[in-house]
Amino acid sequence: MPRVVKSREEFEGEIFESLVLVEGKDLPLHATGTEFTEISKSRRRVDGMQRVTGRARYTQDVYPPGMLYVRVLRSPYPRARVRRIDTKKAEKLPGVRDILHRFNAAKAAFRGEETVFREEVRFVGDEVAAVAADDEQTAVEALRLIEVDYELLPHVVDLEEAIGDMAPRLETDGNVAEAATHKRGDAKRALKEADFVVDVTYRTSTQIHNSLETHGAVATWDGEQLTVYESTQHTFAVRQGLRTALKLPFSKIRVLCDYMGGGFGSKGGVGKHSIIASLFSMRLGRPVRYVLTREEENIAAGNRSATLQQMRIGGKGGRITGLEHISWANVGQGKWVANPTGPTNTLYDIANLSSKSYKVVTNAGSLAAFRAPGYVEGTFALESAIDELAEKMGVDPLVLRRKHAASPKDPMVGKRYSDKHLIECYRIGAAEIGWTRRRKSGGIRGSAPHRRRGIGMATQIWGGGGGPPAYATVHVNPDGTVVLTTGTQDIGTGTRTILAQICADELGVELEDVQVRLGDTDNPYGPISAGSLTTASVGPAVRIAARDAKEQLLGAAAGVLETPKAELRLEGGVVVTKGARAPLSEILGKVDNNTVIGKGGRHPNNPELSLRTFGAHFAEVEVDVRTGEITVEHIVAVHDIGRIINPTTARSQVEGGVLQALGFALTEERFLDRATGRVMNANLENYKVPTVKDVPAKITVKFVDRPDRKANNLGAKGLGEPPIIPTAAAIANAVANATGARVRHAPLTRARVLEALAIAGARS
Amino acid sequence: MLRGPGATDVALVVNGESVTVRAAPRRTLLDTLRENLALTGTKKVCDEGTCGACTVLIDGRPVYSCMTFAVACEGKAIETIEGIAKDGELHPVQRAFIDADAFQCGFCTPGQIMSIVALVRDNAGPTEDDVRRAVAGNLCRCGAYPNIVKAGVNAGKRR
Repeated sequence: MPRVVKSREEFEGEIFESLVLVEGKDLPLHATGTEFTEISKSRRRVDGMQRVTGRARYTQDVYPPGMLYVRVLRSPYPRARVRRIDTKKAEKLPGVRDILHRFNAAKAAFRGEETVFREEVRFVGDEVAAVAADDEQTAVEALRLIEVDYELLPHVVDLEEAIGDMAPRLETDGNVAEAATHKRGDAKRALKEADFVVDVTYRTSTQIHNSLETHGAVATWDGEQLTVYESTQHTFAVRQGLRTALKLPFSKIRVLCDYMGGGFGSKGGVGKHSIIASLFSMRLGRPVRYVLTREEENIAAGNRSATLQQMRIGGKGGRITGLEHISWANVGQGKWVANPTGPTNTLYDIANLSSKSYKVVTNAGSLAAFRAPGYVEGTFALESAIDELAEKMGVDPLVLRRKHAASPKDPMVGKRYSDKHLIECYRIGAAEIGWTRRRKSGGIRGSAPHRRRGIGMATQIWGGGGGPPAYATVHVNPDGTVVLTTGTQDIGTGTRTILAQICADELGVELEDVQVRLGDTDNPYGPISAGSLTTASVGPAVRIAARDAKEQLLGAAAGVLETPKAELRLEGGVVVTKGARAPLSEILGKVDNNTVIGKGGRHPNNPELSLRTFGAHFAEVEVDVRTGEITVEHIVAVHDIGRIINPTTARSQVEGGVLQALGFALTEERFLDRATGRVMNANLENYKVPTVKDVPAKITVKFVDRPDRKANNLGAKGLGEPPIIPTAAAIANAVANATGARVRHAPLTRARVLEALAIAGARS
Repeated sequence: MLRGPGATDVALVVNGESVTVRAAPRRTLLDTLRENLALTGTKKVCDEGTCGACTVLIDGRPVYSCMTFAVACEGKAIETIEGIAKDGELHPVQRAFIDADAFQCGFCTPGQIMSIVALVRDNAGPTEDDVRRAVAGNLCRCGAYPNIVKAGVNAGKRR
């Protein structure tokens, strides 16, 4: 019988308490020395064939017959009141089927507002009207024929301008709101008494996700049921959002996401595009597609907030004695803020600490979670500041970190970590990069006289422990093949593959006999594929479901073979007993048609423990002091994330995180024109995501790879976000080591490096 | 040949088969492949020639299909990701991508593969640098580049 239990989970730095439904007992962790057949083995992706042949079906590839195309008229102004909309000319264009805007659209609640078309549009790109037409070109032409009367209002798009007194007030209580605060000890006093104090300001620019598949939905209302294909990290959240907006019961909404072209946090739930496509489909009775263009993706589908961070850090007697961190983040029109002080609060056992995180509203596109939201920005500031302090104190920055990184207790919540091997990460990383070669100051000559070489490092902390709710079922067919069903998504991380591995391993069948069905709200509930939680949340549920199916299969085999169940084992799809082997298909073939169904749900985490992942990245760089160009020669990434389920996909995940971090560190930056509020580089030409040519000469990936015995029944934690967190700070620290110049603004563009070199007087 | 104004018939050879599609002058080859011929393996990412996801081969050369008008392809041989496996056997580049784990979300993968297919036809033993040059115009946001380079080099070795 299912029962309700209290649960406590971490999601992207925040702790949530909830009631969850669980059934039965959790499985114990595998005994030490267990010989796995699939877990911990490198396996090719089970969906590789689909992906390399072009057969993998993404939302963009869904073309139901009779489908209409949507294009949206977006505000050209950063802030304006929509006074009048005239669609007469657009309606007359042949092929235009329907137009929606604030004066005719049904109310459809979205993120606390009553409608998707607002009276006051608040950023360049805000939705004003939508056209559904027979083809895309007609819809685009119709947009040009819509006349809108805008009343322009004063706007502000820049973070530091929005904080200031001269900015227009966008919210009744101002543009700045306190979002998070933490205090322990007496930071003020500690800083006053410190022998060394670093008091500096860091900045990070706005980074845009640029998932290659843009946001999009294909919605079909058949008079009874709404079916929505959506490029999403959480089909169930899209269903919830559609229910709220359209007032339909869950039973009448089905959201599907088979293959997904990247999300990186931005596709966490329903979007206006999903609601607009659904509204049209329900009005017109035809399938409707709305897939964003690249430009729309870049102006309206989310971003990593730009931040301004003040850091005061003090040291005495070879230790960090006090730390004050204040952060302001430009959330645009977002309703929440990612917390850059998260790592400050939790990474080191610094006794005297105070932190504050402010949310700043502007007339810019909303933030969306972006792979370790807040932590990437905050770690850049924190880990740069620690190096600056170490430099001032004349101590090795790694030695200084070690003194504060060994604690087995979470310094913020006071609970013990379930497991922690951060010092081990330092040891491995230092050996791999050759930390002993690092010269205390000035670096060494690089490959030419004007090139300086240096080494730096930084630490990461993140959640990734996962938790309930997450459910799975395992169906075993009469031929011994298996269908594993769960509502999670594979956003490119390898979820299909590792879940198949976990299932095959526990059940005792061959990997190729397991088919994984996911990305469907008609499946058992699966959580959002974000927060590095999919493996640790869904994996344990899959294992329980597989065990349940195995017990039933062995029971059936016992009946067929007339042998006690206790004497039977299932190995590689074969029922093994003393001296005899019978394939599962043979056993099940002897009984009439049947489906054996195993069920599993994720059990709660131990509420007395803090579940975290740890890691350290080391960087070796060369800096051309004439041009300011940084060449990253080597990144060493060491992670402590519990047991590794698939070393191949884990390694890929780390390399990918490092490369996305490289963009944040060196080249990626949204330019927003202050006067017009327009994004000047809403494309892949002028917004610089890393190319193959930007890959460092060497990326070394290492894992501690020890099961976290207290985390869950697999001992595994998440890896999606950890590898993007410390890279930028490691590079900035290496640049400072190489040149003596400290760049306090990410990305470290050539201009910023040259400026820092000039300030440091190190320009040769 | 004089054409238009308006949509005209265009004869193409797509993955070895002759097809005729009706295309407006501004219709891109990418939209023609995806929407007229249901060959959705070729992806639309930027639609303005900056990312390489829509790479196909025209007479053996890798081309951004979003920057190519369908009407400009009259009589040309076009190869897409759907057409490179022969007789149920994956192309060596496809096999190499699976073996090297050279994709994550997979959205750039068809374009990456087509760029490397063109490379290995001319150059049976590409170096890492050769592969990098071949896919320099193919963005991958997941950062699978190290494995893509590996796959390209290995695909050369397999041939």
